[in-house]
Amino acid sequence: MVPVDHVIGLSALLFVIGLVGVMTRRNLIVMLMSIELMLNAVNLAFVGFNRLWPQGPVGAGEASLDGQVFVLTVIAVAAAEVAVGLGIVISMFRNRDSVNIDDVSLLRW
Amino acid sequence: MSVPFVLFYIFAALAVVSALAMILNVRNTVASVMSLVVTMVSLAGIYVLLAAYLVAAIQIMVYGGAIVVLFLFVVMLLNLRSDEFLPARQRWMKFAGALLGVFLLVEGLRLLGGFHEPPPLPEGFGGYRLLGLSLYTDYLLIVEVISLLLTAAIVGALILAKREID
Repeated sequence: MVPVDHVIGLSALLFVIGLVGVMTRRNLIVMLMSIELMLNAVNLAFVGFNRLWPQGPVGAGEASLDGQVFVLTVIAVAAAEVAVGLGIVISMFRNRDSVNIDDVSLLRW
Repeated sequence: MSVPFVLFYIFAALAVVSALAMILNVRNTVASVMSLVVTMVSLAGIYVLLAAYLVAAIQIMVYGGAIVVLFLFVVMLLNLRSDEFLPARQRWMKFAGALLGVFLLVEGLRLLGGFHEPPPLPEGFGGYRLLGLSLYTDYLLIVEVISLLLTAAIVGALILAKREID
């Protein structure tokens, strides 16, 4: 029997690790990877809650996989985000010869 | 102490340690990407323990297969110098860190009080049949929107990575 509450705790921990990665690292690729980690933490919470309520909010007796449908949605959105984000990384490296975000502070207030 | 119980903690420890290794490794970005693979695969193991079999398979295929390989490809394509942590320059970073610490503390205290027994699983939970039925009946609109989004992402990535736009 899997402790579902601890799954939610693990999800919070992974989310915070990803957030710290985004805040402290200056390498754009590692920041993108940390964002992936945060999305994965959310996916873990979705799957855990779906395991805790496998029959949906009403509990009609039939299996309800709404949480896992949302997980598939998040995975697809993450794939699109990585494609566009790495495109931005490549064009930034081409223009600035660096992936350090301190070199692209033109839009900073 | 049953086998899934122990397995869950092994996978959880693996996921946390490799996630920490990912953000703390400032020398070698390739090693950082490899740590991300370990996190993704151990999360897939946790999905199997939570009876989300199809999601676990897709997690390994999409994250462990496609996304991480894309990261690796870009890291090897670009010639990366090692970077280091800079001291926090904004004052609000300290408050943000304190807030995150309080958040984790509250979550940890909440977990000390034991856990709920998950209910018994209905027939076919987590398999491809029910998930497919759900995707193509109740959530058909989401599938269509995602197909549009992926098309837009492909076009956007092509244009961004192109050398000259004519």
